This record gives sequence, C-alpha cells and structure tokens, in this order.
Amino acid sequence: MTVSRPAIRLQAAADGPRHRKLYRTTGGRALGGVAAGLGEHLGLSPTVIRLAFGALALVGGLGVAMYAAFWVFVPQREGAAEMRAEQRGQLLAVAALGVGGLLLLQQLGLPIGSPTWLPLLAVIAGVALVWRQADVAQRARWRATASGPRGLARAIGGAVLLAAGLAGFLATRGQLGAARQGLASTVVVVLGIGVLTGPFWLRMTADLRAERRERIRSQERAEVAAHVHDSVLQTLALIQKASDDPREVTRLARGQERELRGWLYRPAGDAEGAFGAALERAAAEVEETHRTPVEVIVVGDCPADARLGALVAAAREAMVNAAKHSGADQVQVYAEVEPAQVTVFVRDRGAGFDPEAVPADRYGLAQSVVGRMERNGGKAVVRSAPGEGTEVQLEVPRG
Amino acid sequence: MVEPRPRVVLVDDHRLFRSGVRAELGDAVDVVGEAETVAEAIALVRSTQPDVVLLDVHMPDGGGRAVLAGVGTAAPGTRFLALSVSDAAEDVIGVIRGGARGYVTKSISGPELADAVRRVAGGDAVFSPRLAGFVLDAFSASDAPVVDEDLDLLTAREREVLRLIARGYAYKEVAKELFISGKTVETHVSSVLRKLQLSNRHELTRWATDRRLV
Repeated sequence: MTVSRPAIRLQAAADGPRHRKLYRTTGGRALGGVAAGLGEHLGLSPTVIRLAFGALALVGGLGVAMYAAFWVFVPQREGAAEMRAEQRGQLLAVAALGVGGLLLLQQLGLPIGSPTWLPLLAVIAGVALVWRQADVAQRARWRATASGPRGLARAIGGAVLLAAGLAGFLATRGQLGAARQGLASTVVVVLGIGVLTGPFWLRMTADLRAERRERIRSQERAEVAAHVHDSVLQTLALIQKASDDPREVTRLARGQERELRGWLYRPAGDAEGAFGAALERAAAEVEETHRTPVEVIVVGDCPADARLGALVAAAREAMVNAAKHSGADQVQVYAEVEPAQVTVFVRDRGAGFDPEAVPADRYGLAQSVVGRMERNGGKAVVRSAPGEGTEVQLEVPRG
Repeated sequence: MVEPRPRVVLVDDHRLFRSGVRAELGDAVDVVGEAETVAEAIALVRSTQPDVVLLDVHMPDGGGRAVLAGVGTAAPGTRFLALSVSDAAEDVIGVIRGGARGYVTKSISGPELADAVRRVAGGDAVFSPRLAGFVLDAFSASDAPVVDEDLDLLTAREREVLRLIARGYAYKEVAKELFISGKTVETHVSSVLRKLQLSNRHELTRWATDRRLV
C-alpha cells in the first residue's frame, strides 16, 4: 500500500534554507538595531560593533554616516509590527546620514556657512524624500496596500527639490549657463531612453504582477494539498487497513467527515468558545470513544458560560449512556438556544429502561446528569420505557 | 392493496453514488433513468416525466437549483427530493426554495430513503432532522422584519412539530407525542414547506452566512 504525496513539497521547497541575509534586529537594540543585527550576522558582540562605529565616528563623522547608511539600507526583520516607530526611525536615520555627509563635506573643504550649503541641503532633502518613497513602495508590496496619491505627491516633491537644489548649486558656482546646454541634451537623451524602454518597463511590471498572483495561487493550492494529505488521505489509508472492521471504518469515515465539514463550511473566525461548538466537540468525543454516531443539531447559539458548561457535561454523560447501554446504532442530539433558556435533548432508539427501576446507586445518570442540572439551577427529565428508547431532556435558564 | 411503484430519476454527478442509491432502493421504486450533469438531468426529467427526482444539491454548473429552474413547468407531475452530503444551510434552503419537496442526507438508510421517496411521490414534504433544525434556525432569527405574518412566522404548533422532527422523531412518533393524527403532522410540515418557499424574509438566504451552520 502506498500513499502518494503530490504537490506538498512545493511549499517546503520555497521555505528551504537560503543565503543568510543581514537584518536589523527589533529586539535588544539601542538605536536602529544596526549593531545588534550586524553582530548577529557576523557572530560578534553588539558592543564590539558599537565601539567600532564610535571609533569611526571620530574620523570625520564616517562612523555616523556608515551607521545611518546601514539604518537606511538594511531591512528590518519582517514581522516587526511597528510602522510608526519604524517611520520615525528612518527619518532619524536620514537626518543622521545628512549630518554625517555634511561633516564629511566640511572635511573636504566646503565649510559650513558658504553659499553653496543651501542648495546642497535641498538636494539631500529631495533625495531623502524619493528614497523614502521607494522604501514605502516596497513595504506596500509586502503588505499589499496601495501607496496612493500621497506617495506620488511625495515622489514629485522630492524630484522638484532635487532639481532646484542642483540648479541652485550650479548657480552659486556660476556654472549655470555652461550647464544649461549640457542639461538640455541630457533631458533629450533621458526622454529618448524613456520612450525606448517604456514598453519594457510596462511589461516587466505586468509580469511581476502575474508572477505574484501565480505565487499566491500556488501557495493556496499547497495549503489545500497539505490539509487534504494530513486528513483525508491519511484517513483513507487507515480505512484500507481496517477494511475488515466495519465499525472502525464507519468511525474513521465519520470522524473525517466531521473534520472536513468543519474545515469547508465553518466560517473563519467562528467562535470556538460558543455553546454549540462545545456541544459538538463533546458529541465528537463520545462518537470517537464509543464508536456510535452522534448526530448534533443546534438551533441558535450563544457564548458558553459555567452553567452552559455544566449543561454540555451533562449532555455528554447522557450521550455516553446512550452509546454504551442502549444498543442503538445512532444517538440524536438536539439543542435549542432561546432567549430565556437553553434546552438539550439526547435521544436514542435503543433498548430503553424503566426509570423507576434504576437502582439508586447507578451513579452515571443520577449524579452526572440529574444532580448536575439541579446544582446549576436547571432540570433533567428522563423519559424511557423498555423497548422504546430513551430521551433525556436537559434545560438551564440563561443569564 | 398494491401501490404502483414510484418512477424515479437519479441525478448525481458521482456514478458510484448513483449505483449505491439504486442498490439501496432495490425493488421499492422503479428507477427510470440516471443523469450526471445539469443539462442531462433537465432533458431526462422532461422526457421521462418521473414521479420523483432524487436530486443532488451540489453539482458542477449550478447543482440542484439549476435543474429545478431548468425543468420549470415542463414536468408538472414531477416532485423533487434533495439528497446531499452538504449540510451547508444556504445550499439546502436554496434547493427547497427552488421547489424541492424535502431534503434528506446521504447517510439515510435504504428503507428510510424508499419511504421518503414514497411520501414525496404522494405529495408530502419530507423533513430530515437537520432540515428541521435549519428551518427553526431560519425562522427564529429575531432581528428579521416580519412583512407577512402568514408567511414569515411559524405557528406554535408548527414549531413543536419541527422541534420533534429535529429531535429525531419519526412523523408517526410526532403524531403520538402531540396527540394528533399522522395526517395533521403532514399538514403542518407541508405548511412549513410552503412558508419556507414563499416567505421573503431575507434571512432565509442570508442568515446562513451569519452563523455557525454545520
């Protein structure tokens, strides 16, 4: 006997070990998680990394610029649900990068305060805006949220700032006139490239989108395949093994049916703690243990509480009694949740008995069912006669 | 007295299941044809004019509802009994509202199924415990607007009958329990079926998505 396993590998292969990537950590970080991330990646203590950054910072602000660059370019490990803090952090990083750059420029002989500074600041701000935009777009791709018109406005604003800054820089150096000609030809070339490669870019984005859709679909398929394998195929294998034991086959088939039905039809987010679900679980346990089908029908539903818990426990005991002693081939459970009370009927068409003749020491029915209901302000009625089957009625008030 | 055997058409997209049902029904009915697609079923019912169609709720191309809609008034003497493994309430209620005279689950035993077929052929409605539960659930949704009292509400007696059916009582046992005749039970059930088919409480189709179903 073999069980084939198609398609399930798919997911596993996609999740297989890849190149280790550098991430910024979210836990145990002092500032941006750069040192901790680097330390983890290189197998060094974060303190060593931090000291190295500090030492480099003394060399004309190089350490600061490097740290900021890491902060900007190294992605944070996914699963860090702190959008706002993250955005603030990146702004900080961009600012630090700017400061580091300025310190570096000062070293190169452009002292703070010279007229060249203002346009340079504009250039830096523009670049920062555009880059941040790109990063937001990337995040949007992960989270499948549209970046919207605000994103576009930011990108355009960044580009304008950049252009103005560059123009200003050239103007303060008196080279604007010379640059104009070059600029014009550059614009023409850039436009030409755009026209030439436009279709290519369009097709690439379309391909990307199609590829993403296909990936989502195959992931869903893999999930379904995995579920079917874990449940249905396993059960079918067990059934083949147990084919000479009809009761076992029935039990397996019913258990599987219940599971599959729950998976297919139960709406996501269904209350697991609800009364109906608890009753169905109890019935499933009885069915599993005593190999007698238990049919459950629930009308209405409500959240479970202690009193309803006792009701479920009593109903469970009644089901066990029916499955064990009645000899019936099925137990029928009907529950109705009404505004004022909850009622459960447990019925079998088995041997039945004379309720008057049950010895007082028969613990099951007397204690677990009747006593439990009375302790919880409810009541239990047992109706049975030899040869007529048994019906246990349980009710508790709500609230 | 020998009643003529009801002429039955089986509609189900699983051949294995059709042959199983055929074997279970045995000599109790006269199976005049089988169909495994919606289109086949419509043509077959129109041409054979059977007494009863055992109709699968779930099939490709629209399932039981599509068959009911496709046959329309072309087979006036034919009655439909839905037979399904799917207990999703919206599907079951959908087929009943489409015109089926009852609903039984595929786990029903052979003799019970034959009995259900006979009853449907005789014009009665057949409610399995599960269908009774669905109906009670549908009509007890308290936030539903009541437009037509005759159609949108169940009478106390109808409710009692449905509760007993949901508890697993056979029609005969229901009659005995309520001290009424078997015929009266049939009347109540048929009346509930009529309300189910005609009531416009939008809950009947929508409520199923709002709550736990199976």
